[in-house]
Order: sequence, then C-alpha cells, then structure tokens
Amino acid sequence: MDDLDQLEAESLYILREAYSRLRPLAMLWSLGKDSNVMIWLARKAFLGRVPFPVVHLDTGLEFPEVYEFRDRYAREWGLTLIDDPCPPIEAVDPALPPASRLAARKTHGLQQAVTRYGFNGLIAGIRRDEQATRAKERVFSPRGEDNAWDVREQPPEFWDLFNLDFPPGTHVRVHPLLHWTEIDVWRYIERENIPVCPLYFARQGQRYRSLGEIGITFPIASEASDIPAILAELRATRAPERAGRAMDHEGEDAFERLRSGGYL
Amino acid sequence: MTDGLIPPPHPGDMPGEPAGAPPGGTARAFPIVVVGHVDHGKSTLIGRLLHDTGALPAERIAQLRAISARRGLDLEYSFLLDSLQVERDQGITVDAAQIWFSTALRRYAIIDAPGHAEFLRNMVTGAAAAEAAVLVVDARAGICEQTRRHGYLLSLLGLRQVAVAVNKIDLVGHDAARFAALEAELRGWLAGLGLAPTAILPLSARHGDNLLARGPHLGWYQGPTLVEALDAFRPREAAAEAPLRLPVQDVYRQGEQRIIVGRVESGRLAVGERLRFTPGGQEARIAAIEVWNGRQPRLSAGTGESVALRFAEDVFVERGVVAAHPATAPRESHVATVQLFWLDREPLREGDRLSLRHGTSEQRVTVEAIEAVIDVQTLTASSATFLPQNGVGRARLRARRPLAIDSYADSPRTGRGVLVRGHRVAGGFIVEALPEQALELTAVDAPVTRAERARANAHRGGVLWLTGLPGSGKSTLAMRLLRALTDQGRQAYVLDGDNIRQGLNRDLGFREEDRRENTRRTAEVARLLADAGLIVIVALISPLASHRALARQVVGEDFHEVHVKADLATCEARDPKGLYRKARRDQLADFTGISAPYEVPAAPALVVDTAALNVEEALAALVRYSHDAFVVPDEPR
Repeated sequence: MDDLDQLEAESLYILREAYSRLRPLAMLWSLGKDSNVMIWLARKAFLGRVPFPVVHLDTGLEFPEVYEFRDRYAREWGLTLIDDPCPPIEAVDPALPPASRLAARKTHGLQQAVTRYGFNGLIAGIRRDEQATRAKERVFSPRGEDNAWDVREQPPEFWDLFNLDFPPGTHVRVHPLLHWTEIDVWRYIERENIPVCPLYFARQGQRYRSLGEIGITFPIASEASDIPAILAELRATRAPERAGRAMDHEGEDAFERLRSGGYL
Repeated sequence: MTDGLIPPPHPGDMPGEPAGAPPGGTARAFPIVVVGHVDHGKSTLIGRLLHDTGALPAERIAQLRAISARRGLDLEYSFLLDSLQVERDQGITVDAAQIWFSTALRRYAIIDAPGHAEFLRNMVTGAAAAEAAVLVVDARAGICEQTRRHGYLLSLLGLRQVAVAVNKIDLVGHDAARFAALEAELRGWLAGLGLAPTAILPLSARHGDNLLARGPHLGWYQGPTLVEALDAFRPREAAAEAPLRLPVQDVYRQGEQRIIVGRVESGRLAVGERLRFTPGGQEARIAAIEVWNGRQPRLSAGTGESVALRFAEDVFVERGVVAAHPATAPRESHVATVQLFWLDREPLREGDRLSLRHGTSEQRVTVEAIEAVIDVQTLTASSATFLPQNGVGRARLRARRPLAIDSYADSPRTGRGVLVRGHRVAGGFIVEALPEQALELTAVDAPVTRAERARANAHRGGVLWLTGLPGSGKSTLAMRLLRALTDQGRQAYVLDGDNIRQGLNRDLGFREEDRRENTRRTAEVARLLADAGLIVIVALISPLASHRALARQVVGEDFHEVHVKADLATCEARDPKGLYRKARRDQLADFTGISAPYEVPAAPALVVDTAALNVEEALAALVRYSHDAFVVPDEPR
C-alpha cells in the first residue's frame, strides 16, 4: 500500500462508519476538488452508488463553470442532488465583515438543510492542512441544537474507534478527508482521473486554487494548466491555499468565528 | 488598547496555516507527538523546529513577529501553534493541531499535545495517532507531575519510541553535570514504564541549540541532535504476519448478494479462503473481493485495507462480529481484565454500566471490579473502588454478550477499545488478560425426551415464528391460532412481542442492539417451551434477516418461519395500535417500515398474505400448516 492507498482505505472506513450509524445522512458537495474526491470515495465505499443525497448550499453566486459542472456530474454520477437556495444576505448578521457575511449565508443554508431534512450526519470535505482552525477538528464532530462548534469541549477520539453514539438533537459532521493534504488530493485526482471544474487550470496566466463565491474568491497567477503542473506549483509554493478566499482574512479570528457559528 | 492585554484583531494578522503546504513525496508523513509538562516548552520547540527546517514562509514569520510585538514579546515561536484566539488569550494550547515539516530524510506530521491537565483527553487523541513521541522536560524543573502522567499514557497507548528533549539547557548555564543527573533520573523512571528512550538530549528551543546543529554551548555533548533523533525513529511495522482480524463494519445488498465490508486490522485474507465469524462461529468461503472502478481484480488484501467481500455461502452476520481464519479465530469471552485510563469528570465506579467499543462492536458492559488504581507519580498500585478523572488503573469488565476480543499482547489493534458513557468517550483500555478458559456450561440431560412428550401430546413441540410489519396481523392471528389449537386439544402458547417487552424484555429499547437481544431472549424462551412439548406461536416484528437467523440458530430443529405479509399502506391504514400515526406525527426513530427497514424473509416456510386473505382464511392456512408440521400421525394400535 502506498500513502494514497492508505488515505483511501481510511476514508472508506470513515464513510462506512458514518453510513452504518448516522441516518439520515447526506454529503455536502461544494463542487470543489475535495468534495469531488469525496464523492469518488463514496462510490468506492458503496460499490458504485452514492446511497445518500448530496447537498449543494447554493448562494446563486457560483461561477457559471461550477453550475455547468454540477449539472453534468449530478447526472453522470447518478447523484440525488439537494440544491435549495441559501437564505438571502439580509438574513445574516449585518455586524459581520462583508465577505464573512456572504460566506455566512452558507452557514444558514446548512442549518436550513439540517432542519428541513432532519439530517443526523453531514459529510464534509474539510482538511487539516487547509486552515489552522480546521486542524483542530475531529473526524466525527458533533454539533448541538444550535449547530455550534465548541472547540474547547471536543470529545476525545483515538485509535479509529469512532464514537457513533450521540444524544438526540445532535447532528454530526463527518470529515473523511481530514488527514489528506492539498497535494494528496491532486495526486489522487490524477491517479483516479477524477473530473474537476476547469477553473482550477490556468487560462491567461491565472487559475483558481480554491473555489468559492464570485466577488469573494480570487484567482492566483499561475501557468499550471494540467495536474502535473499544479503539483509542481504546489510543491514549490509557500502561499496558503485559501489566500484567495476573502472571508478568511477579515480579522485575526474571522474564520474561527465563522466556524464556531457552524461554518464548514 | 485600554487594558494593554488583548489587542483588537487586525486585518491580515490571521496566522492561517501554521505551516505552508506540506512538502510532497510518496511516503506518508511520519506522525510524531510532542508531550510534556505545561510550560516546559513544547510549543516553542515545535515553532522553532518549523522555523529552522524551513517549513515557514517568510510572510508567516513576519506575521508572527508582528503578533508577538503587539503582545509585547520578542519573536514568540509558540504563537505559531496557538492559532486560536482562546489559546492566545490564555497562553495554553487547547488541542492537537497537526502540522508538517521535513528533514533531509523524510517529512513529518507533528501533533502539538497540550500540557494543561484539564486537556488530557486531547493529549490522548494526539498521542494515539502518533508513531513516536518527543517528551519535553525543563532542565531546571526536571520530571514534573504531567511529565510522569504523559509518560505513563505513552506507554499505555502503546507508543514505544520516545526521545526526551531536555529543554532550556541555557537556563542552567549549559551545565553538563545537571544534564547527566537528569538523564540518569529519566532513564530510571522510563525503565519502570517499560520504555527505553531512543535518545535523551539537551537543547534550547528558544535559542535553537541542538535542534539542527549542536550550537556553540554544548561542546561536551556527543549524542544526536533533535533532528537526528527524529530521523532515527522507525516506522511501525505492519502486522501482516499477525492472525487475520476483520471486524465486520456493515452488510450491503447487491441484488440477491450480501456483501460484507470492513477494514483488515491485522493479517491478510485471500479469495478462496474460509473465514469464521466470531461470536457465532459461522463459516464461509470468500468468493470475491468486490471493487468499484478497480484497475485490476483484487485477489487478496492486507493490513489496513478496506474491503468488500462476497462469500460462496449465505452468511447471516451483522456489524460487530470479527472475521478470522478458523485456526486462529479470537476467543469468545464475557469477561476481560483491562488496563484503562479514565477521562470523564464523573469517576468510574464498580457496578457502573457503560458502552464498550472495540473493533466495530458496541456492547453494554458492567464494571465488575476495579482491581487497582495506579499512582502515576510513584508507579504503585493500590486497591480502590473508583477511578477518578485522568486516573489509570485496572478493572474487570463483564459483557452481556460474548466479546470476540484479543489480549493486547497478542494483537494490539484488536486488543484495545474505548468506553462510552452518556454518549461521550470516557476512557480507553487495553486488554491485559482474558479468563484462562471460558467457563464451559454443560447441558444436563433430562430423563424425559422430546419424543416421549410428543407421544403423550400426540404432537411435537416446535416454534411458529410469525414475522411481519407492525399491523400486518401477527398478534391477531397468533391469538386466533392459539384458540383453535387449544380447542383441538393441542398444547400451545403465544409469545407476543409487545407482552414480552412489558416483562422479560422491559429493559430493552428499539435500537438495533436491543432488538437483537429482544429476539434472542424471545427465541430462548420459545426453545424452552418447545422443548417442554408446546407449540409456541411467536408474534414478533423481527425485521432483520440476521436476527431471524439468530432465532433459528437458538431454537434449532422445529423452527418454522411464517411471513405474515401485508404491504405498508395496508398496515398503516389498519394501524390497530395507533403506532403509525404516532410514528409519523412524532417522527419516531427506529419504527419498522417507516424509519427502520423490514427485510422480507427470503425463504419462509409459509407466507400468509393478510392483504389478500380475510382473517378466517389466514387462520385456516395456519391451522393446516400447524397440523402438517407438528401433529404425529396416529400409531396403529
């Protein structure tokens, strides 16, 4: 087994754990590279068919290429897609900085989906290496009635003996990619030939390293127009992956506050 | 700033990623953990290591300098890890954050384990994921309370590779004698834990001495630098030679096929091999390893691989059983003596009931006895009746159902587990010993045989197992059949699920584990009554094929599965007990047919279709079947 085989085996184990005990269960599909990998892993875990719905928290502000990608692969991969629109910006706390406020629409969209469909488990594609507060996460991360994340009161989690016994009213975030790195994700996409949105590949000297809403997501200067070039770029770069995501940078603790409130 | 303590957040000040993207490479990063007493310098050591190995981008160092300056400090390496606001405010690390760096040899994933006693559960989370540990000890303070506790836990968690960093050597004037004395003390203490340190080295994290290079002040020291000590750690050996252990995670259906999924915790398996499932003892031959979009067919799988297996024979097993080769299958035992650490605020007491999880099995256990509590400061064991938070000790656990468990010495990955109380992981354990020989109960032969009873009653005893959706008519038919058989002079009795739940099974709920136990007990009672010569009519939803297979196994001969069949709409329209209405209104969890599955019997002895037949017709079918199944033809006189 090489390192990608190990990561894959561990993710399959986590997905199967979630499916055996958390119902109803859904997977969040942000349409980014990580969540495409996650869907791919789910197809492996469940032998071709994703046995739960995938949820796109739609702000209406994705890039056109992203919507095109979603509609095509929801069909090709036989996914049950939930794409309810997120609540409008007016519903979000006006005290938040502008980009965070826009991002917080997704938090509200998430709460809406949990309430509307009663999900007990939500699988999300966050990774430890993306962002310092995400590094604190657990693989199975319970959220209380108010959806909040209490970083100080996290349950212990060790030896892969995940506790799947949660009190009623809890929904659980499941993070099968927590231990993957950005480079692992691209190497796996290359090995498995997994489709990703074309915005990741450079055109006219620019590409998106991380995908989010129009207006708060910015491309990086890059000539990397295929996966080997992206891998070479990532091995050389010192810039953080989410540098192009405005809401992370509106304050020392902006992203942490978003996450404590239930953001991914 | 008004109070001079906490500066307001400033745009662009977010440390973000503690380190840049981890460097590539084909090997997985080697996970290490850094532990030690609070304030002995763990975070500073890690920050400095990242800095000196070039894992930090220049902007990050500039940010770090700015954050440090606004808090009135020089470059404070520990801020790098303490990236959450709460941590910066309190000056303690909350949790095990994972970051990366590289040496010339390989890359590392480093887990910052906190030192504050309250956060021991996070230290356990971090240390359990590591392959080796760096124990940081302050050269001035020496071995302190948490040094001892962390050392003990490293040993209990199975971490055998430990390097000790004697930090702040500058603050004892780089004194060789002080170092030598502390080194001797450390070696003695670690030996008592069964740990042989791979290195004990002096360093100064703040000044960067002896991390990558020895530096100007430690000319007297001849041993490895920190980086050399790290590079000397060896990867954990895969347990490929160990006996196969495949805890069953789930059973999927693919058409008519049942696919058993799980992860190989140790050993290897191959297509064509025969596996035994423990507890239960069923055996079956692996027909195929199923893959989706695989590059080539898989014929075998080793430790760490997640697999989906198809078997040549029908296997009715469920999540929690362990598949192994028949010759090396795990023992079944109701009792295990464990060494455990306890993390819950509320102490663990004798008589406590908990959930135990090992492999994929979850079961109720009782703490039969707390045999000892261990003082990690003195390493002495003393008797006790409870174990306080963050305590370690030895206890005897008794499970309601047999455990397929190994001793930790035989099989580390399947010889350990966690204890859950009140929906939270409250402790972890390794299995120290299993009873020498499981107590064998020998059945006592009765002087009256079943055949004798059958002759006396003119019919055999046996079990009619009526399964079907709620509202399909099981109870109604069971009671009518009881009347009819009794009127014919037969010895008959009804075991109705609802009635049994009010007495024998009133401690059980509707979760899968409880439903299984409900089925098992009902089957055991049915077996006894059938043995006494009665025709036992069981009316029990028993929705899962695996549970009915269990009932068949318990009852043995004369088990007759009857499917009382009606579609969901019909049952819901009847709703004799108002349960469907309640289930829909209150969104009842685990309600068969609505929020829990009903598996239609594949090959029942009889199907009674109550949607098509009226009660009299259905009853007639059952009476006819009972006659054929149980009544002994008149012997010629």
